[in-house]
Amino acid sequence: MNSYDLIIVGAGIVGTACADYASEQGLRVAIVEPGTIGGGATAAAMGHLVAMDDDPAELALAHYSLQLWEAFTGVPQLEYSRCGTLWVAANEREYALIPTKIARLAAASIKAELIERERLYQLEPALAAGLAGGMLVAREAVIYPPAAARHFLDRALARGTVLHRSHATAINHTGLQLADHSLLSGPVLVATGCALPQLLPQLPMRARKGHLVITDRYPNLVHHQLLELGYADSAHGDADSSVAFNIQPRPTGQILIGSSREYGSTAADVSMATVTRMLQRCFRYLPALRQLQAVRIWTGFRPVSADGLPYLGRVPGQAEVWVAAGHEGLGVSTSLGSARLVIDQLLGRATAIDARPYDPARIAA
Amino acid sequence: MTERYDIAVVGAGPAGLAAALAAATHGARVALIDAQAHAGGQVWRKDVAHGWPRRAQAAITQALHHPHVTWLAQTQVVHADPHSLLLESAVGAQRIDYAALVLANGARELLLPFPGWTLPGVTGAGALQALAKQGWPLQGRRVVIAGSGPLLLAAAATARRHGAHVLGIYEQADAANVQRFARSLWRWPQKAMQAALLRGQLAGIPYRCGSVVRTAHGDSALRAVTVESARGSERLDCDQLAVGYGLVPNTELAQSLGCRLRQQGVHASVEVDAMQRSSVAHIYAAGEQCGIGGRDSAWLEGSIAGHAAAGAPAAASLLRQQRHARAFAQALETHFALQPRVRTLAQPDTLICRCEDISLQALDGYSDARSAKLATRCGMGACQGRICGAALAELGRFPRSGTRPPLFPARLASLGDNLSDNHRESSV
Repeated sequence: MNSYDLIIVGAGIVGTACADYASEQGLRVAIVEPGTIGGGATAAAMGHLVAMDDDPAELALAHYSLQLWEAFTGVPQLEYSRCGTLWVAANEREYALIPTKIARLAAASIKAELIERERLYQLEPALAAGLAGGMLVAREAVIYPPAAARHFLDRALARGTVLHRSHATAINHTGLQLADHSLLSGPVLVATGCALPQLLPQLPMRARKGHLVITDRYPNLVHHQLLELGYADSAHGDADSSVAFNIQPRPTGQILIGSSREYGSTAADVSMATVTRMLQRCFRYLPALRQLQAVRIWTGFRPVSADGLPYLGRVPGQAEVWVAAGHEGLGVSTSLGSARLVIDQLLGRATAIDARPYDPARIAA
Repeated sequence: MTERYDIAVVGAGPAGLAAALAAATHGARVALIDAQAHAGGQVWRKDVAHGWPRRAQAAITQALHHPHVTWLAQTQVVHADPHSLLLESAVGAQRIDYAALVLANGARELLLPFPGWTLPGVTGAGALQALAKQGWPLQGRRVVIAGSGPLLLAAAATARRHGAHVLGIYEQADAANVQRFARSLWRWPQKAMQAALLRGQLAGIPYRCGSVVRTAHGDSALRAVTVESARGSERLDCDQLAVGYGLVPNTELAQSLGCRLRQQGVHASVEVDAMQRSSVAHIYAAGEQCGIGGRDSAWLEGSIAGHAAAGAPAAASLLRQQRHARAFAQALETHFALQPRVRTLAQPDTLICRCEDISLQALDGYSDARSAKLATRCGMGACQGRICGAALAELGRFPRSGTRPPLFPARLASLGDNLSDNHRESSV
C-alpha cells in the first residue's frame, strides 16, 4: 500500500519539478511535505529565470532548464513574463568585460547582446546618469515561483502522485519514516534545500540569508530585470555579507528589489541595517526608487552546497537514496533541468547534459 | 541626528494623551507621535465645523503645550526596534530613541464583506464619522447606518449634525440583548449620560435591532440597500451606507516588537498586567489595543501606563476606576456579540481582499492564510491583510498570518537613507 517507485521529500520548486517529471515518466510517486507547498526558499525567491556565465557547469544546467521552462509560458498562474535580463555596467572597466561574457554565453547557445550607453538609456530611461552600458539577454524571463511549485504538484497529483502531509524523520534501508509513524517504502529523493542535513548529514549545506523589498504598483518605471554586472562577484563570492543591485518589474506593476547575501544569520527577522545597505546600492543605479512606496520586506534562505553547485544524483554509499538540493540562488531557474538530470539517472537513462559536475560523490569522496 | 526621549508614546487618542500627560508630570521627556494632523485619535477626531468635544480640547491643549511633550503630527511609525523607532512624515524620515515606549495606537473597524460593500458610497461606520468631521459633504444625503455596537449611534449623530438625512440605524444584535445592555448602563453613569445625550440627538431616527444589510445595490455608486430583519426584507434607496461590525485592536506594532498577544475570540489584543506592562521590558500598552473598552478605559489605562513608564506607581484609585471601566468592555462584548447570520453575508463572488481583488470563492480549499496568500495574493497588498485578515478570521476561514515590515507602506528613501544609528542591527 505504502510502496512507491519514488518517494520525494520536500515540495519546493525542486521537489515538485521532480514529482512532475517522475510521474510523467510513469513512476508511482509519493511527495512528503508538512508545510506550505513552495513555502520555503521558493516563496522567498525573486523568480528570475537566468543563466549565470561564471561557471560552465552551472551555465549548462541553467541553459538546459531555461529551454524546459518554455513549455510553461502559457500557464496563467505562473505569471511568466519575458522581460529579459539587462546587466548594467557601472564603468568602462565593467563594460570591457561584456564581450567575454557574451562569448561564454554564446558557447552555451545563449544569445546576449552588447548595449551601448545611448541604447541603455533608451531601454531604461530611469537608470542613473553616468553608467557605461550593458548586456541584454532578451529571452530570459520572470515567473512567480510558489505558483509554479503548486502547478507542478497539481500535475503530478493528477497523475496519481500521493501527497503526504507529514515530517520525514529518517531514511532507512526500505524507505522513509514519517513523523506520523507511517513508513513509505521505495527509493527516496531528498529535495529539502537548507534542511538537507537533517536527513543526509554527510552532505554539507549552509543557509545564505537574503532580503527582498516589494513596492506598490509603478508600471513602466523599469522594463527589464536589471542587475549590476558585478553581480556574480557578490553572488558567488564567499564574503560573509554582500549586497547587489537587482531589480525586477513584476507583471503586477510592482517592483521587486534585491539583493543581499549573508552567512551566519539563522533568524528570519528583517535586518533594517541590511535593508538600508541594499537600498543604498540600488539607489546608486536607480535613483527614482527613492520616492516609491515599499509595501513589504521579507527574508529567505538560499541552500548553499559545499562547492556552490547543487547535489544532483545518487547519494554515495546508499543505493536507493537520491538528492536534488543546494542550488543557492538558482533553484527556480535550474529546477526543471535538475529534475530531469536526477530522474533520468534513476531510470538508468542517458542525461541530456553531463551529470558528473553535480554528482554528490564529489563531496562525500 | 537621533533625538532621544525618555518616553515615546505612539498614538494621540485618549490613551496616548493621558500617557503623555502622566509621564510629563514626572518630568519625563515625551515624544507623542500620531499619523493624523490633529491629536484626538478616532474617538476625539477634530471636527472641522465643530472642533473637539470640550473634554478632548482640554486634554489636547494640556498635552500638546506641555513643555516636556514634543508633538510629532502626521508621523507614521514604519519600523520599531527595541529602544528606537523609525518615523516617516511628509518632510522625511527620522529615527528617535526611547527608554520606554507606550503603545496607544488603538483599533480599526471590523468590516465584514457583503455583496456591494466595495461600491463607492459604502464605508465603515467610524469611517463615515471621520469623513464627516473632515468636512466631506453630507448635507441632504440619505444615509443608512448598520453593523453593531454603540459606534453606530455616534456615527449617526455625527452624520445628522453635518446635515445628513439618516434613514435608520440597523443593529445586528437582537432587541433583548440591546435592552439588557441599556439596563446595565447605570453602572457607568458617564456612559448612561452619553447614551441619553445621543438618544436626544437621534430623535426620530429608526433604531432597528436584529437587522443586517444584506446587499448594497448600484452600478458605479451606491443607490439602495436591502435590509433584512425579523420583519422580512426591505429595500431602501439611499446615497450613503456606513457599516461597522465593531473594532479590532491594532496589534501589529506590538507584535513586531515581540510583545505577547492574547486571543480574544478570533482577534488578538496585547497582553498587559495591571500596570499596563507588556511582556517586553520597557514597553507598555494602553487603550483599545489591549481589548476594545472605549474612551474611558483608554484614558485611564493611558494614565496608568504613563505613570508606570516614568517609573512612578499609579494611584490605587486609578487602578480601581480602570477595572470598573474595563467591565464595560465585557458588557459590550457580551451584548453585541455577532450573530451567526452576519458571517453568512459574503457570497462566493463577494470580494474579500480589496487590495488584490480576491473573491471568497478564490479562497476555497485553503486552510491557512499563508498558503492562500501565496496562491491567490489575498492579503499581499498595501494593508497586509488588516481588513481581509480580520474578516476571514471572523468568517471562520483561517486566522490572519503575521505581518512583515514595514508596519505601513513607507518611502524607500525612509528605509534606505543612512539615518544615524541604523547601522545597528535590528535585533540588539
